[in-house]
Amino acid sequence: MMNIDLKKSKAVTGAEAVANAMRQIEPHVVAAYPITPQTPIVEYFAKFVADGVVRTEMIPVESEHSAMSAVVGAAAAGARAMTATSANGLALMHEIVYIAASSRLPIVMPVVNRALSGPINIHCDHSDAMAERDSGWIQLFAETNQEAYDLTILAIRLAEHEDVRLPVMVNLDGFILSHGVEPVEFLPDEVVKEFVGKPKRVYPLLDTENPVTYGPLDLYDYYFEHKRQQVEAMEHAKKLFPKVAEEFEKISGRKYDFVEPYKLDDAEYVMVALGSTNSTIKYVVDWMREEGFKVGALKIWMFRPFPKEKIQYYLNGRKAVVVLDRSASFGAEAPLYEAIKSALYEATIRPRIGSYVYGLGGRDIVPEHIRKAFMDAIEGNLLVDEQRYLGLRE
Amino acid sequence: MPVNYIDMARTFKSNAEQVGIVQGHRLCPGCGAPIIAKFTLMTAKKLGFEPVVGLATGCLEVSTTIYPYTAWTVPYIHNAFENVAATMSGVETAAKSLKKFGEIPEDRKFAFIAFAGDGGTYDIGLQSLSGMVERGHKVLYVLYDNEGYMNTGNQRSGGTPTGSNTTTAPVGKVIPGKVQIKKSIVDIIGAHEGVYAATASISDPADFFAKVEKALNFDGPSFIAALSPCTRFWRIPDSATNSVSKLAVETKYWPLYEIDRGVYRVTRKPRQFKPLIEFLKAQGRFKPLLSRPDADEIVNKLQEYVDKRWERLLALEEATKDKYLR
Amino acid sequence: MALKGWKEIPIGGVIDEPGKSREYHTGTWRVLRPIVDLDKCTHCMLCWLYCPDMAIEITVNEKNRPQMVGFMYDYCKGCGLCADVCPVNAIEMKPETEFLEE
Repeated sequence: MMNIDLKKSKAVTGAEAVANAMRQIEPHVVAAYPITPQTPIVEYFAKFVADGVVRTEMIPVESEHSAMSAVVGAAAAGARAMTATSANGLALMHEIVYIAASSRLPIVMPVVNRALSGPINIHCDHSDAMAERDSGWIQLFAETNQEAYDLTILAIRLAEHEDVRLPVMVNLDGFILSHGVEPVEFLPDEVVKEFVGKPKRVYPLLDTENPVTYGPLDLYDYYFEHKRQQVEAMEHAKKLFPKVAEEFEKISGRKYDFVEPYKLDDAEYVMVALGSTNSTIKYVVDWMREEGFKVGALKIWMFRPFPKEKIQYYLNGRKAVVVLDRSASFGAEAPLYEAIKSALYEATIRPRIGSYVYGLGGRDIVPEHIRKAFMDAIEGNLLVDEQRYLGLRE
Repeated sequence: MPVNYIDMARTFKSNAEQVGIVQGHRLCPGCGAPIIAKFTLMTAKKLGFEPVVGLATGCLEVSTTIYPYTAWTVPYIHNAFENVAATMSGVETAAKSLKKFGEIPEDRKFAFIAFAGDGGTYDIGLQSLSGMVERGHKVLYVLYDNEGYMNTGNQRSGGTPTGSNTTTAPVGKVIPGKVQIKKSIVDIIGAHEGVYAATASISDPADFFAKVEKALNFDGPSFIAALSPCTRFWRIPDSATNSVSKLAVETKYWPLYEIDRGVYRVTRKPRQFKPLIEFLKAQGRFKPLLSRPDADEIVNKLQEYVDKRWERLLALEEATKDKYLR
Repeated sequence: MALKGWKEIPIGGVIDEPGKSREYHTGTWRVLRPIVDLDKCTHCMLCWLYCPDMAIEITVNEKNRPQMVGFMYDYCKGCGLCADVCPVNAIEMKPETEFLEE
């Protein structure tokens, strides 16, 4: 668990925390379009720009499609460029999300997770992020506002590393984090500035002495090679993430990794989840531990690249694993479940495993739901091919 | 002194790399698009700008950048079909910001130029273009209007003229090809605030260069719609690119005018006009229309339309004279 | 040209060799070949201006006047636009088959 010094912290919403990370990063360009629940990030940031707190040039674009297009242009030009979005906005960006990754532009984008229509809904689930999981972006998930702040800063270094050069989505749960107030310990501005440093420019468009062509027509003779490079870049991201996390720990005292184990040492039953639900899971772990159940949790901080080895390390040999998904994959297994199950194929001692879909469209997840899923595991009542639902009316 | 092509020849000689677009591109023989790109870039370079170009997906884009080849010697970015205006908004803003941060010199004189076809402009890219103009990015957007989705084999666009035979609005037994009238894109863009918008034709290089010069020196977004004959799908000889462009101007099909912050100016007023039928007859794409029994009726209507539009342009010129909105 | 492996090419699909298209000779497409009669030519530069393939070779003489030299047949696609815009008919388009021997 994060140790937050309450004396040094400020009670802020996730949106304010992220906007302040952006203020401290002070990117050259921010292009954004407001969408609930991302809106307050853009509002806070627009105020920083209007007040001259940052030198950032803001482009108040007419759509998310143009937001992503403009940051692609800005990043290619040689600027550090950021945007932020949610759900339908991310879906509208979709085409350019792929282009950002394949053009190897290190754009950092907070994504305030919200259910992707339809019917239209404004509340939290992870269907928006999951629709982009094969886009070539690094995907990080925050449990708390502190993490959303920290990961936004850390993401800059990871994205811009010359061996990575990939865009990063920092996911934070809509409303729960974006509009929920929590204590956040901010780093001093100059510390963040020094940590992120000046962006390293690779093939900047504005270098007219060395003109480059971005976005050519890439046919069957080279497209495949470029895709292979993206695969490699993800491998590099995996290798370099611990290094960047270590450097971040030096300035913050907060340690990040691919995953966060919680009371796992002797745990026989482990729950795996993304995002803010982990706080509820930890609460239930504590509660059930008091009753003598050997339960624990594994939080996934990094979903792409998927930290398979870490998952195997932590889950191999457990009695049972319960995977919670805040999105469904209609006609197939839920995204996180599918990934965990696939990782466990190589485990020497495979745990029993069960899939639970919860919280779609912002449906509340309460400790009793989580306890119920744990109890299923403990009672040997898990079916590998059965998708179950928490908090759903029959 | 306005730029002229003898002087350009003196400057650039056979060194296309100094212009920005070079040999070896794979556009069709006689294509209008590279001529438009060349006219624009030569003017920019001659005026001392450093061009940075953005392309919307389309003929000019695919044919000039087949990996690992590129026909460009100026910085180039292609992002997608509908977003060249947003992409160039980002590039332009990056330059502004990097100057502000002191990371590039203040005196760098860039010319941000977007090139897009009619599909990327009239249709799928209109929102992004409107956004760019509304926000006031200093980008010159050059439309090479070949009046259809020619890159994919002659499908109808919002820029396709009435009666043209396309694969998605073919001239059939019942429907005489495209029945709608081409969007007046220059008026749409010119209706934004603080923008310079103009039509241009390669058949009038002096007018073309003057408009590019005005656009690049304009303090704000600018838009030039250049007619770009497509030899393949206009069904014209490869050598007819210029002559058909000329006919378009002479028949009032493609009037040369500009809208500068709301002020209309007709930049070329031919003393005599030719009948529209001459423009239509010169192109195979109108042949199915002209073979119909009701051809005369349709052509008369079109003639009436271009006549009225011309009168209206002159009236707008008169009405808006010196009445700059900003 | 030998195709390169994924480790040998720049990332991001970027092409870092400006004007590399010149290695691709579009002159092979040509069906009609432009031939200029330099006796007729007034060096007005219209062919140079209009050539969509930048395939007109010119120079500048001692009087600082641009001069038509000829065509870059490696690139000329034979569209004939140069002949069409030539005000003095100094350019003639001849079937490429006439030059097969060369």
